[in-house]
Amino acid sequence: MSDIATRVKKIIVDKLGVDEAEVTNEASFTNDLGADSLDTVELIMEFEKEFNISIPDEQAETITTVGQAIAYLEEHAK
Amino acid sequence: MQLKRVVVTGIGAITPIGNNLEEYWNGLINGVSGADYIKQFDCSKFKTRFACELKNFDPTQFLDKKEARKLDRFTQTALVVSDQAVQDAGINTTTMNADRIGVIFSSGIGGLITFQQEVVEFAKGDGTPRFNPFFIPKMILDIAAGHISMRHGLRGPNYAVVSACASSTHAIMDAFNLIRLGKADIILAGGSESVVSEAGVGGFNAMKALSERNDSPATASRPFDKDRDGFVMGEGAGMLVLEDLDHALARGARIYCEIGGAGATADAHHITAPHPEGLGAKNVMLATLSDAGLKADDIDYINVHGTSTPLGDMAEVKAIQAVFGEHAYDINISSTKSMTGHLLGAAGVIEAIACVMSVVHDIVPPTINHFTDDPELDARLNFTFGQAQKRTVNAALSNTFGFGGHNASLIVKKYVA
Repeated sequence: MSDIATRVKKIIVDKLGVDEAEVTNEASFTNDLGADSLDTVELIMEFEKEFNISIPDEQAETITTVGQAIAYLEEHAK
Repeated sequence: MQLKRVVVTGIGAITPIGNNLEEYWNGLINGVSGADYIKQFDCSKFKTRFACELKNFDPTQFLDKKEARKLDRFTQTALVVSDQAVQDAGINTTTMNADRIGVIFSSGIGGLITFQQEVVEFAKGDGTPRFNPFFIPKMILDIAAGHISMRHGLRGPNYAVVSACASSTHAIMDAFNLIRLGKADIILAGGSESVVSEAGVGGFNAMKALSERNDSPATASRPFDKDRDGFVMGEGAGMLVLEDLDHALARGARIYCEIGGAGATADAHHITAPHPEGLGAKNVMLATLSDAGLKADDIDYINVHGTSTPLGDMAEVKAIQAVFGEHAYDINISSTKSMTGHLLGAAGVIEAIACVMSVVHDIVPPTINHFTDDPELDARLNFTFGQAQKRTVNAALSNTFGFGGHNASLIVKKYVA
C-alpha cells in the first residue's frame, strides 16, 4: 500500500470511527462506512489539510469511495 | 381549564462535586468544594487560574468516540445527565407515547469551546475559509436538546431557552407550564454549561466577575462573606424529569416532589449589575409564590443565586427581606455555589435539584467558606454557614438571575396525594 493510501485510510478510520478492515478501496463513504453529508465534507477537508492541497468542490463531489480518494490524492498531492 | 399538577420523577446530575445524583447530594451535604486549579487549558497568564471543573469526566465512557468528537463538551454532559434521568424515571418509549415526551434544555452560552477552536484555526490561516462542517451544529446552543431527543427517541416539544445564568430555571418553568397546560406528559428539563476555556475565563475576567483568589481556590467562592470577590466558574449539567401527576400515578412512577410554581421577571436596569434594591429579584419571588398559591411563611429553604459577588449577594438579601419580612429569620438560606461554583446556564437546574433533595431528605445544604461577617448583611438571617442543617423542608425556593437582568425562580414542595 502506498504511503498516501495509508494516510488516507488512517484519516477515514479516525473520522468515521470504522474498523480498518472495512476501509477497502471499493468502500463508499456514505453507503458502506456510515458517513452522512457533513462527514464527507469533513473528510475532504482532512485530506486537504493532510496533503496540503485544495480540492475544488466539483472535484470533491466525485470522490465518494476510498479508492477514488486515494487515486485523486496520488495524482494531486504535492 | 383545570391546570394539571406536575411532579419530579427523575433526576440526572454531573457536577464539579459529583458525577451523578448520589455523589452530588453527598458532596452538598458534606460541604465539599469543587474548586481547583484549571486543567483544561494553560491559564498561567490569566487573572483567574482556578475553577470548579468536572472530575474524571471521560465522554468516551458514555459515547462512542466518533459521536463524542462531534459534540461540544456541553452536549456531552447533557447526554450524560439525560441517560441518568431517563433511567431514573423509568422512561420507556416502547411502552410510552414518545410524541408526548419533550425536552427543554438550555445553556447560558453553548459551544464556546468549539467556537473558540474553530475561529483560532481560521485565524492561523491566510484568510481562506476552512471551517469544519460540524462547527455550527456542534456549537449552537439548542443542539443539546436535539441530541437528547435523538438519543432517546423523544418526539414531543423540543427547544432551548436562553437567559444567561437563569437559563435552566426558565427551561424548568417552560416545561412545568407546558405540562400544566396538557401539552405534554413528560418533559426532560435542565441545562448544561462548559466554558472553562481561554475565551470563557478571559471574557468573565475582563468583566471583573470572577474571584481572583488564586492562592486558595477552595475558599474562593464565599457567598455572603465580607471578603467575597467574585464568582468561581463551574461546569456541568443537570436534568429534572417533570411529569403530569396523573401520568406518573398511572404508571406507578417514583415521585420525588411536586413543582409548586415558577416565575420570571426582568430588572430593566443594567446589562450585568443587579438592581441595587433587588427589585427584579423581589418581584420574581413574589410572582413565584403567587403562582404556587403559597404565602411567604410557607417557604422553609431558599437556595439563593448568591454567586459570591459583592453587589449581587447584597441585592438578593435585600429582596429576600422585602418579600419575607420577619419570616426571613426563620428560613434557611444557602448558596450551594460555595461548593459547586457557578454553573452559569446549568446553575438553575443543579440548584433546583438541591432544593428537590432538600425537600425529600429534610436537610438543607450549607453555604461553606464563611470567615468574616459582612456588617452590611443582617446577622439574624440564617445563611446555613459551614454545615448542613436538618429541618423539615415542606417547600423550597430557588432563585436565579442572569446577565441582561433576567430573573427566574422556582418552588418545589413535598408531594402530598
